[in-house]
Amino acid sequence: MSSSAPASRWEHFHHGADIGVRGLGPTLAAAFEQAGLALTAVVTEPARVAPKEPVELACESADPELLLVDFLNALVYEMATRRLLFGRFEVRLDAGRLAARAWGEPVDVARHEPAVEVKGATLTALRVARQADGLWLAQCVVDV
Amino acid sequence: MDPRRFERVSETEWRLPPQGAMRVPAVLYASEALVRDMDDKVLEQMSHVAALPGIVRASYAMPDAHWGYGFPIGGVAAFDAEQGGVVSAGGVGFDISCGVRMLHTGLRREPVEAAARPLAEALYRAVPAGVGSTGALHLGAKEMDAMLAEGARWAVQRGHGEPSDLDRIEEGGAMAGARPECVSEQARRRQQDQVGTLGSGNHYLEVQRVAQIHDEDTARAFGLSLDAVVVSIHCGSRGLGHQIGTDYLRRMTLEAPRHGLQVPDRELACAPLRSATGEEYLGAMRAAMNCALANRQVLTEIVRRVFAQVLPAARLPLLYDVSHNTCKEETHLVDGSRRRLFVHRKGATRAFGPGHPDVPDVYRKHGQPVIIGGSMGSSSFVLAGTSQGEERSFGSACHGAGRSMSRNEATRRFDGRAVVAELAARGILIRSPSLRGVAEEAPPAYKDSAAVVEAAEQAGLARRVARVEPMVCIKG
Repeated sequence: MSSSAPASRWEHFHHGADIGVRGLGPTLAAAFEQAGLALTAVVTEPARVAPKEPVELACESADPELLLVDFLNALVYEMATRRLLFGRFEVRLDAGRLAARAWGEPVDVARHEPAVEVKGATLTALRVARQADGLWLAQCVVDV
Repeated sequence: MDPRRFERVSETEWRLPPQGAMRVPAVLYASEALVRDMDDKVLEQMSHVAALPGIVRASYAMPDAHWGYGFPIGGVAAFDAEQGGVVSAGGVGFDISCGVRMLHTGLRREPVEAAARPLAEALYRAVPAGVGSTGALHLGAKEMDAMLAEGARWAVQRGHGEPSDLDRIEEGGAMAGARPECVSEQARRRQQDQVGTLGSGNHYLEVQRVAQIHDEDTARAFGLSLDAVVVSIHCGSRGLGHQIGTDYLRRMTLEAPRHGLQVPDRELACAPLRSATGEEYLGAMRAAMNCALANRQVLTEIVRRVFAQVLPAARLPLLYDVSHNTCKEETHLVDGSRRRLFVHRKGATRAFGPGHPDVPDVYRKHGQPVIIGGSMGSSSFVLAGTSQGEERSFGSACHGAGRSMSRNEATRRFDGRAVVAELAARGILIRSPSLRGVAEEAPPAYKDSAAVVEAAEQAGLARRVARVEPMVCIKG
């Protein structure tokens, strides 16, 4: 499963028991935004989620890989406690600080057909780096 | 995985002697066919675990082992706190104390088959399942603390079940040493409306019939006979456990260098048992164990109420309740001396043998009931712990089948509606809020649990008592 846009896009990758989420983009922030969409896609098709309600997120870590895990876990937490799904993301990064806005709507079982809850982002296959083609990559396995 | 990477000790025991940073050997119990089917990552992760400080005897993997987070899923590893031993959040997993409980119904197959449809509808209406579902209870701070400290005992005290249920749950239904104050505010918030919910993914509630008896004598002691109907509940500590896993994995990762822990991969994050982080994790993890026990207890009472309406002749006492994502302090015999060890079982079930003091009186002569959940629509098994299990795997056995296909591949290959229809034609009623979820859990997406339990029996980890087949499955 993956999105189609060439520059900024998301993908899922294989893990034995669970699922890997991968974001790719021309900037690190864009790669994080795409990783957010990949996370939503574990639960439902992102296109089915109307970006109505905005939620603000902030995390901090000097290590960009741990910052990705923190960002995804912040989304998992907001999804769980607000019972929301997110369809659009805007990420700003500045010296180890992440500020993000995620837009979404409450889970509608009939319309979203949510497949599975995400329990948390793991450090497995965790990688944040610039690839040879110049695109930034942000990925890890999430436990479902 | 190529079996030649191991020394073959017997038909079902494979050994990798210590090499490189490994302090102890890695020992895998499985048939050759199961080994060939496993990911190479299993051996890599077993070897990494074998290199952790304070590990005792061996880094073990069960017949259903697969690629996990640092530790393999299906991994068993014991650590001695006095020898610098560690505790690992990844070695327990995110779904702390996920497990299976089995209830008798006192009913035979025929009356349940006759009422299967109304029973399925009534269970589906009553049991909160799937993404975003909430339970009937809302826990304030004080009740949350009580639940985290007392587990199933808390639930029984509030009318969710009978005191006699507690004798049939590991730890008597309440894990000692829980420290609710070590559980974050975020973890509490994720849980406040989730007590008594099934969750999603591979979690389910099934009405099952006993389809085969392997060991008459033990089956009788467990109250199982051919065509008897039972109910199985497979779920865990819900959002609270997931958040504790998240919180402490992060903390252990950041603190590892300070504790002088050099791990080959950050996902092996752990903390010395004798450190503030190690002790606080143990306290929080035990609170999550209680959350899982309380959750399964509340669900049990919901099931009883449904049966009282649909099949009033039913009585639903517990057979037993096992957890398969835990770290427990236990006494084990190592080279002739009794030692207190912290045994991680990640996707592995405790399986104490006959005579063990932690096995309830009624089962003690036969060994602990070990409940192995199948995937949706496939066989589940009841096993019993063996005496040899103690020296083979610190009294541990497998926990299930494990996936053979990724979720995405299953979604591509199967249509949820078709899976439901196919199973209905086989007499198995599926009820789920998500057809995509059903497709992801389609029976062919999982390995054969029969092969796994057969290997567990051959390896002497547990012996087969009975096979049960699903009649009704409520899927999260």
